[in-house]
Amino acid sequence: MPEKTEKMEEIKFSEQSLALVNRIIKRYPEGRQKSALLPVLHVAQAEFNGWLSPPVMDYVASLLSIKPVEVYEVASFYSMYNLEPVGTCLIEVCQTGPCWLRGSDDIVAHLENKLNIKVGETTADGMFTLKTVECLGSCGTAPMLQCGAKYHENLTTDKVDALVEDLRSANVRSTYMK
Amino acid sequence: MGKKLLTENINVPGIETFEVYRKNGGYASVEKALKTMTPDEVTEEVKKSGLRGRGGAGFPAGMKWSFLDRKSEKPRYLVCNADESEPGTFKDRYLMEKMPHLLVEGMITGSYALGAKTSYIYIRGEYMYIVRILEKAIDEAYAAGFLGQNILGTGYSLDLYVHPGAGAYICGEETALLESLEGKRGNPRLKPPFPAVAGLYAAPTVVNNVETIAAVVPIVNLGGDEYAKTGIGKSTGTKLISASGHINKPGIYEIELGLPVEEFIYSDEYCGGIWKGRKMKAVVAGGSSVPILPADLILKTAKGEQRLMTYESLADGGFVSGTMLGSGGFIVYDETACIVRNLWTFARFYHHESCGQCSPCREGTGWMEKVLHRIEHGHGHSGDIDLLVDVAKKIEGNTICPLGDAAAWPVASAIRHFREEFEYHVKYPEKVKNPKHFEVEPFVSEKKLEAVGA
Ligand SMILES: Cc1cc2nc3c(=O)[nH]c(=O)nc-3n(C[C@H](O)[C@H](O)[C@H](O)COP(=O)(O)O)c2cc1C
Ligand code: SF4
Ligand code: FES
Repeated sequence: MPEKTEKMEEIKFSEQSLALVNRIIKRYPEGRQKSALLPVLHVAQAEFNGWLSPPVMDYVASLLSIKPVEVYEVASFYSMYNLEPVGTCLIEVCQTGPCWLRGSDDIVAHLENKLNIKVGETTADGMFTLKTVECLGSCGTAPMLQCGAKYHENLTTDKVDALVEDLRSANVRSTYMK
Repeated sequence: MGKKLLTENINVPGIETFEVYRKNGGYASVEKALKTMTPDEVTEEVKKSGLRGRGGAGFPAGMKWSFLDRKSEKPRYLVCNADESEPGTFKDRYLMEKMPHLLVEGMITGSYALGAKTSYIYIRGEYMYIVRILEKAIDEAYAAGFLGQNILGTGYSLDLYVHPGAGAYICGEETALLESLEGKRGNPRLKPPFPAVAGLYAAPTVVNNVETIAAVVPIVNLGGDEYAKTGIGKSTGTKLISASGHINKPGIYEIELGLPVEEFIYSDEYCGGIWKGRKMKAVVAGGSSVPILPADLILKTAKGEQRLMTYESLADGGFVSGTMLGSGGFIVYDETACIVRNLWTFARFYHHESCGQCSPCREGTGWMEKVLHRIEHGHGHSGDIDLLVDVAKKIEGNTICPLGDAAAWPVASAIRHFREEFEYHVKYPEKVKNPKHFEVEPFVSEKKLEAVGA
């Protein structure tokens, strides 16, 4: 799992991400660069190990010429930003009514058993973090979960088993950007 | 087969590409509007169509457009609401994923009508893969001269961007959405001023749902009067319904407004009836925020008339015996579903999603979740049901934005129609401690229980 104490000078977007950030800023009128905050935080989270550490947020603030506190208050409001380190693969299972009707409780219980963690926890090897989330707009193909940008729908425990194995062997950080 | 105005070509292979979309008549509304109509004429057609906002509130779109402050010196904006987070609703996702160009086309025609030079699609962050799909469609539209400077040589210019959110249901509320688009927390604004006067960057703004903007395409192509011939009364056109829960064929259906609810649920063309050969117990017809109705009241109004899929028919009987079409999130419950547990998941949702600005909403949603949790888990007290009703009443109408109402209505209606089930939970805690209880055994009513001597 990444260290929590990253130093400010180490934090810098790759050239590619920096170019993307500059393109994002141009979508908004002159002087309204703060509008780019949500999309840029997504880029930052994907680039810096799947979570937003205070130095990363300070870096984003400096890029957008806004105060760090303006970034903190936004990062803490939206549920997709992680303010703590997460495992390589973040598994988010929908638990709202329509998914519950089609068996999301079983999916959550199965994952807890299989990964040997409770919801909200990360496996000891840092591979998986399990979360429950609210309706992801996939109720017609319930139960479902999201891992990175990908939706996994019409889940069964067999499908979940296969997915976990795939994720484990691929060993690639899940991000919403891909 | 019902008439389809939006999704007729949705299964044409390659329809997500500009080329195939264009070959199938795509972008005709842009050509017609920009080359042969003034912006006000386009707005006039939308007014004539009777189109009502498809995001949930059902406000007439043409009227909203005509409220836009056209005298202001500031730029004007059209913002598409693609935040789609109302539990039970997944139609916008379907439309954007399968037919991204339909939304892009609607945005161009709509922006022209409103005189916007820059427009945004605000999409929920979880739909990031759809951001890519939309951006690709937008790039193609630029390349073909339908976006950018001097579109089709008409002198009209437009830039269109996609803006992802980051996980917050409240950002679907239009003023919270605008705050979020400005890079802030999604706290709804006090109204007035309305976005039509002071919206994005305090400039005149129209916020419309994905499906509303998509509907502008057939309206301009057919003409408003022709569009209005589909549907019944003030419910004109077609509507995308997201069907989920205990039915044989969950999915998205484009229906002509006016279709009988019974046909929608039981015919093979739509939901295909209740799964596992079970009976229907209840329906939430318009997303989690609208009142739940028991099976008999969703099929027939209290007056005994056949219930139709229209704004008016579903609302017949007010909140005593009716509900709302809302966003068209149609959730069906079979006879084994536990209404208390369902309501608890909804209460948890609203508590999680409250932005926290108003105390009745922030505190009240928390109390409702807590009380429902204890009833559902066999620790309910005898006064808890009335307490829930009381809390719901105190939230309703006392908040900045309608999320408070949206949290209160499901609670009030579930208790109104299924009070017996709540009482059963409080009275027989040992029977409800196993959350599976109601899933394996059809709900045992008080009367049945007495009959077996329990
Ligand atoms: C809590 C809350 C959540 C909402 N979520 C959405 C949403 O996800 N999508 C949407 O189009 N409208 C949503 N709305 C309605 C919008 O505020 C607004 O009425 C709508 O975008 C207007 O578009 P329309 O007139 O085309 O329906 C929500 C409203 C509230 C109060
Ligand atoms: S009603 Fe709830 S969500 Fe709406 S502004 Fe108040 S606290 Fe926020
Ligand atoms: S309830 Fe799970 S995706 Fe909607």
